[in-house]
Amino acid sequence: MNTQKNSYVIIYMVVIVVIVSLLLSITSGVLHTRQEDNKRLDTKKQILMSLSTFENDAEVKIYEDENADKVYAETITGYFLIDEFGKVKKELDPVKDFDVKPEEGEYAVYTAEVGGETKYVLPMTGAGLWGGIRAYLALNSDLNTVYGVYFGHDSETPGLGANIVTPRFRQQFTGKEIMKEGVMRSIAVMKKGDTADGQDQVDAISGGTITSKGVESMFANSLHNYEQYIINNRENKGGNE
Amino acid sequence: MAEIKENAFLGPLNKNNPVAVQVLGICSALAVTAELKPALIMGLSVTIIVALSNVVISLIRKTIPTSVRIIVQLVVVAALVTVVSEVLKAFVYDVSVQLSVYIGLIITNCILMGRLEAFAMQNKPWESFLDGLGNGCGYAMVLIIVAIFRELLGSGSLMGYRVIPESWYVDNGGCYMNNGMMMMPSMALILVACVIWVHRSFNKDLQDK
Repeated sequence: MNTQKNSYVIIYMVVIVVIVSLLLSITSGVLHTRQEDNKRLDTKKQILMSLSTFENDAEVKIYEDENADKVYAETITGYFLIDEFGKVKKELDPVKDFDVKPEEGEYAVYTAEVGGETKYVLPMTGAGLWGGIRAYLALNSDLNTVYGVYFGHDSETPGLGANIVTPRFRQQFTGKEIMKEGVMRSIAVMKKGDTADGQDQVDAISGGTITSKGVESMFANSLHNYEQYIINNRENKGGNE
Repeated sequence: MAEIKENAFLGPLNKNNPVAVQVLGICSALAVTAELKPALIMGLSVTIIVALSNVVISLIRKTIPTSVRIIVQLVVVAALVTVVSEVLKAFVYDVSVQLSVYIGLIITNCILMGRLEAFAMQNKPWESFLDGLGNGCGYAMVLIIVAIFRELLGSGSLMGYRVIPESWYVDNGGCYMNNGMMMMPSMALILVACVIWVHRSFNKDLQDK
């Protein structure tokens, strides 16, 4: 058979492409539900990781474990969406409405019970060097002091920018304050030895400057969206500093 | 015939190493060797994908029209990589998060196209499979050597585990500092060159006259 004829080439390519696309759509169709379940579980784990204190290894293990679903249902007590003026727009159920994502102009807040205290978890997104970075920031009930933070990234450089996920970097945030004298200041990520003016700071990752700066702007931009909510709810508590 | 089989697997490990001798796949060697773990994962994934795509192309080699062979090879590789990445996402989500960008990088790895074009198009499936395995391992070998040096000297750890004690560091009153140069992509090139140097000094017949 002549494999060089134009008609053969065209038919050959059509057949190949049809076979490959069939194969790919079947794979995607069969595996889709499993992948969605995995993604959901992973998000739950990330939210829980922001609430893990590094003093207690056992606690971290529970959050990383397969029973994240159970721990999530027990720990996360509330989920609501707010607008930029700090008004609560939708009250949701953290388990049943897990798939409800904030729309344009809405921002998610999770509340959690840890050791009898209420914590607030704020999701954040930003840009690193190569791709997106994200975080879950857990605040104490005063909506000011950081309780914990979890970082995730799509494609930062291994060994450099990707080190934002390490406990070593993350635990620096615990105890830092995002407001100073009632004004939103966010948290600065500074080169070792430099000091930030009028705001709390953590050490950047050496060799990962752009990712570190990405973390800093992610904090500044995302906290800006929550500013009114945080200020309103601090005042409602009668200004307990 | 027996000789082809043996050479198909063992050749790429030494005298015909895709990285050290043919200088292919350098781009990914720069990207993933800052730490040992991603280098291992990348080496393993490339080995699997080269072996599989070699077999597929070898099976259909007689039907492929010469004028579109590169496109056919590319379609096969891209399809395989996509299927593997979907399967990983469904069954071992953690691993797929680890692999993230690397899995996409595999499609652009020149070793793949090189082996398909140079070997699988002319040889039977079993030999092609061995050739794929050999080249994947040869590639992984160089990646691992480079990554060991870069992670050990650049971060003082291996596979994420600390090897050089914290107390040796200047920050903690010691006299040791990590070599920041090792973390730069250009250092990977220099290390690959060192590997080639050592390799050639053991194999005099590979040296240019």
